[in-house]
Amino acid sequence: MIISIASGKGGTGKTTVATNLALSLGKGTRLLDCDVEEPNAHLFLHPEITETEEVSTVIPIIDDALCTGCKKCAEICRFRALTVVGKKVLVFPELCHSCGGCMEVCPEGAVTEGKRQLGVMESGHCGELGFSQGRLRVGEAMSPPLIKKVQKNRNDASTIIIDAPPGTSCPVIAAMKGSDFVLMVTEPTPFGLHDLKLAVEAVKILGIPSGLIINRADIGDDRVVAYAKEEGLPILMEIPFDRKIAEAYSCGIPIVEAMPEWKNKFRSLYGRIEKLVPSGGQPQ
Amino acid sequence: MLVAVTAKGTNLAAEVDPRFGRAPYILIVDTETMDFESLDNSENVNAFKGAGIQAATMVADKGAEVLLTGYCGPNAFKTVQAAGMKVVSDVAGTVEQAVKKFLAGNVTYSDNANTEGHW
Repeated sequence: MIISIASGKGGTGKTTVATNLALSLGKGTRLLDCDVEEPNAHLFLHPEITETEEVSTVIPIIDDALCTGCKKCAEICRFRALTVVGKKVLVFPELCHSCGGCMEVCPEGAVTEGKRQLGVMESGHCGELGFSQGRLRVGEAMSPPLIKKVQKNRNDASTIIIDAPPGTSCPVIAAMKGSDFVLMVTEPTPFGLHDLKLAVEAVKILGIPSGLIINRADIGDDRVVAYAKEEGLPILMEIPFDRKIAEAYSCGIPIVEAMPEWKNKFRSLYGRIEKLVPSGGQPQ
Repeated sequence: MLVAVTAKGTNLAAEVDPRFGRAPYILIVDTETMDFESLDNSENVNAFKGAGIQAATMVADKGAEVLLTGYCGPNAFKTVQAAGMKVVSDVAGTVEQAVKKFLAGNVTYSDNANTEGHW
């Protein structure tokens, strides 16, 4: 079973839900922090990192001795990572999306594979809980290849919890794709609702069943609840705006550690999700 | 000599557009005759990324030797430099005024980009 935790709006409690759900399930579970631009699940889990792997992507390298300046590589590039001035090809590696088109079309074999570092993937564990995260290189703009790499790091865990980035753009889609269930975390505010709607639409396109957690459930208004009803989106949990939770959070302490009674709430949340996934999830 | 000037309109009376890659028009002006060609840059205006690179390639292909503009980012600068062009940045006024000022020798060539790249 693969569950992605997503939101739309940032700061609604994705990491809180992901870490507490993973800790409550414990053995046989692996948390993948796919919010590679700012992975923060480690702040609550303090995992022991045992493996570090550099992740890079393919970029073109031009052999000026073979290049005739025919422009075919620049013409096929949709991201304008290559241009030809005079007879010389200029490469802008940060714009390259690694499609390999330039290498394919070059009649002279002058374009070969180089590398651009995207970031690192770190794996380890937190007690019996498996853990992996990606960390995007500072200055790098393209995160999906790193996210996909982190996603593959499932080892032998039977339950995978993916902490997705906020928003609805490519990194989020990359993180959610292939999940059995998307758990949306929102807050009952106009901003929370606005961005939740965008996320719900994105998940619909992917065709993944989803449910909702309302965090800080006792602030704001009831428009999120009304929207969920209208959409047929099940509300699976409500987390109150509780000073004790906020205090634990600010010290990097998971809710289930500060208030162990929450462990059962997260376990029954998982039980409810299992019932909403038609096949019971993919076997790992 | 041909100079490229970023412009908000299609003739010499148009104001210089401070942006290079995303200027709506780029005028290629012959400094001897003041004849000019107006290039429609709308494709680059709406480009997701790489507008400066494409604009730079376009003006280099037209044979311009100097670029007069407001701001030139790092990728655009690298491209015009590779093409052997010189850049005069922080240019303002009309295209005609900019070219006249350039002809009077009242300009400094940039040796660097004068703005950050943007995403």
